[in-house]
Amino acid sequence: MMISYSWLMGLSAAIFTIGVAGVLLRRNILVMFMSIELMLNAVNLAFVTLARRMGSMDGQVIVFFVMTVAAAEAAVGLAIIISIFRNRETVNADELNLMKW
Amino acid sequence: MTAHFPALGFILLFPALGFLFNVFLGNRWGRSAVNVIGPGVIFAAFAVAAGAFIRLSSMPSGTVLTVTLWPWIHAGPFSADFALQMDALSALMTLIVTGVGALIHVYSIGYMAHDEDFARFFAYLNLFELSMLILVLANNLPLLFMGWEGVGLCSYLLVSFWYTVPANAYAGRKAFVANRIGDAGFLLGMFTIVSALGAHGIWSLDFSIMHDNVGVIAPTTVTLAAVFLFIGATGKSAQIPLYIWLPDAMAGPTPVSALIHAATMVTAGVYMVARMHFLYILAPSAMELVATIGALTAIFAASIALVQPDIKKVLAYSTISQLGYMFLGVGVGAFASGIFHVMTHAFFKALLFLCAGSVMHALDGEQDMFKMGGLRKKLPITYTTMLIATLAISAIPPFSGFFSKDEILDSAYNSGHEMLWLLGIITAAMTSFYMFRLIFLTFHGDSRVEADKVPHIHESPLVMTIPLMVLAALAVVGGLVGLPEGFLWGNKIGDFLAPSVGEFAPVLHGNFVMLTSASLGLAGLGILLAWYFYLKAPGMPYLIAYQAQSAYDLLLNKYYVDDFYNTMVTRPLFWISTFVLGRFIDSFMIDGFVNGAGLSVETGGQLSRRVETGNVQQYAFVYVLGVLAIVAYYLYLVTH
Repeated sequence: MMISYSWLMGLSAAIFTIGVAGVLLRRNILVMFMSIELMLNAVNLAFVTLARRMGSMDGQVIVFFVMTVAAAEAAVGLAIIISIFRNRETVNADELNLMKW
Repeated sequence: MTAHFPALGFILLFPALGFLFNVFLGNRWGRSAVNVIGPGVIFAAFAVAAGAFIRLSSMPSGTVLTVTLWPWIHAGPFSADFALQMDALSALMTLIVTGVGALIHVYSIGYMAHDEDFARFFAYLNLFELSMLILVLANNLPLLFMGWEGVGLCSYLLVSFWYTVPANAYAGRKAFVANRIGDAGFLLGMFTIVSALGAHGIWSLDFSIMHDNVGVIAPTTVTLAAVFLFIGATGKSAQIPLYIWLPDAMAGPTPVSALIHAATMVTAGVYMVARMHFLYILAPSAMELVATIGALTAIFAASIALVQPDIKKVLAYSTISQLGYMFLGVGVGAFASGIFHVMTHAFFKALLFLCAGSVMHALDGEQDMFKMGGLRKKLPITYTTMLIATLAISAIPPFSGFFSKDEILDSAYNSGHEMLWLLGIITAAMTSFYMFRLIFLTFHGDSRVEADKVPHIHESPLVMTIPLMVLAALAVVGGLVGLPEGFLWGNKIGDFLAPSVGEFAPVLHGNFVMLTSASLGLAGLGILLAWYFYLKAPGMPYLIAYQAQSAYDLLLNKYYVDDFYNTMVTRPLFWISTFVLGRFIDSFMIDGFVNGAGLSVETGGQLSRRVETGNVQQYAFVYVLGVLAIVAYYLYLVTH
């Protein structure tokens, strides 16, 4: 049985939305970071789905790139978060507002 | 008929070189160099002018010597060159300006002997000579105006020469501002003529071209132009209503008063009217105005001079009064008589001022005649020469003033202006009264000199007294060139000037002997009264002043005209400047606009910086909103 592409795209959209909501609403930077990973993977799902639907390998190739970049990003991002925590002893985004007027 | 005569340029060149020398090298080369070169260049100019005059006299009557030095204004169809012309009128004026000017330069050597700023003084004097010579030699109205402005500038610089005293600086400013008001009239007059002639395709203000074409202008426009130009003359030549600057201009060094404010610059207005006589002849009502203003100024200023205690103030009002005579002369159509009086007046009034300067020099700068007296023994040369000048200005024959003033008064009567003639002869009585009052108070009677000044009283050095003697000789014989018509050689100067300024056309033929004896009798009466008041019965003036207190105060305070101008013009202008222009427009509007622009940027920044909260989630939120907006836009495009 073949799952319809619409379902796959719907799932992708749902995961992406959850990711956006997580970034906007959660205060913990680590959770926000994980939400970003959610969004990336939602996009990956959409890429794969559309690649398959169009019978092209391009989308699938892009996914590998995204996964690579996401891994690098996770490494750098986690390092930054650790550094922030060491300095500020918090990972609450509301308290990290030094870059204001 | 014109003759090319390039040497005219040298008349200007010498004072110009003198000016440059005194400005740039005067202080470095020292006093003796300045004392030679300052007056020397004027003598050189006088020599050239005399040569040109001789050349002119040898040519047929009516010849004009001309030279175009360089092109000057070429604007569209209009053109005016830096060009000089010397006709009889210019020749006479040039000789007066350089001749009397040279004598006064020599006198200044002695007068400024103790002043550290001699180089600046001679620089200004030379610049003045240059400007005045441009004025009298110009062959077009714009160039004349350039000289006109130049002499005004030098007058300002020299009146406030001792600028560390605030009163002197104020007097300079007053002179300049009063002149500027007149100059505005002069400019309007020029504009009127340019536009009126331009409408007929004549784009020039050369005197010869205007002379030939002035007939094409409508009579009302001619009158307008003549009146505007006369307003300029009232400023420069100190006539009602702009005369107020001249008495204050006495704040300058006395040679300046003699040169600029008696002999030359203040007669520029008379010269200009005579130069533009072809215009004035076509505007009889403007001529009436000139004559009336002249006669009124003459008697008005003479009456003020009757009671002034300051020796230079008396002479200043006397100058205004004599200038009034000159305008009376040119106003009734006797242009040559007016210019004749310019000449004799240059001799005797320059002499009077220089004598007054000599008296002040002897008395450490004292100007109050009630602190003088009995000086004739100690200052014999000054006394003799000043007495000659006084006889000349009082129109006692055979001194020069008699011939020129009598000619003006006769012309006034014979042109049918009996009232103005009457004002004139009353003024003549006042003139002899205030002049002999000056003589008696200064040189006769008992000494009232302050005790600490008595030991210093001394006759001036030769460098000052020789110019006095030369001018005295001129004041004696200067009138002989203009004897009454049909008497010995007759009116030489009138004949000489006739090609330049036309001849006087009388409408009446008053009895010459009657007219002359009337003015002579009144002049004699003035002398007699002065003698009685100030020598015979010295208490009388005080008694009269006491009995006619209000009239005396009126005269002593110069008819309160200065106060009137202060209240009506100066103070309102200051008020407008301070409150309307200063506080409202400048401080409130302009500063408000500039500060407001800065303030609005600052306030805008204060408000908009609140957007930057530093909260990363808010930024992300706005970012998402933006993405959604773009997506919505593309969806809209796709679905429609």
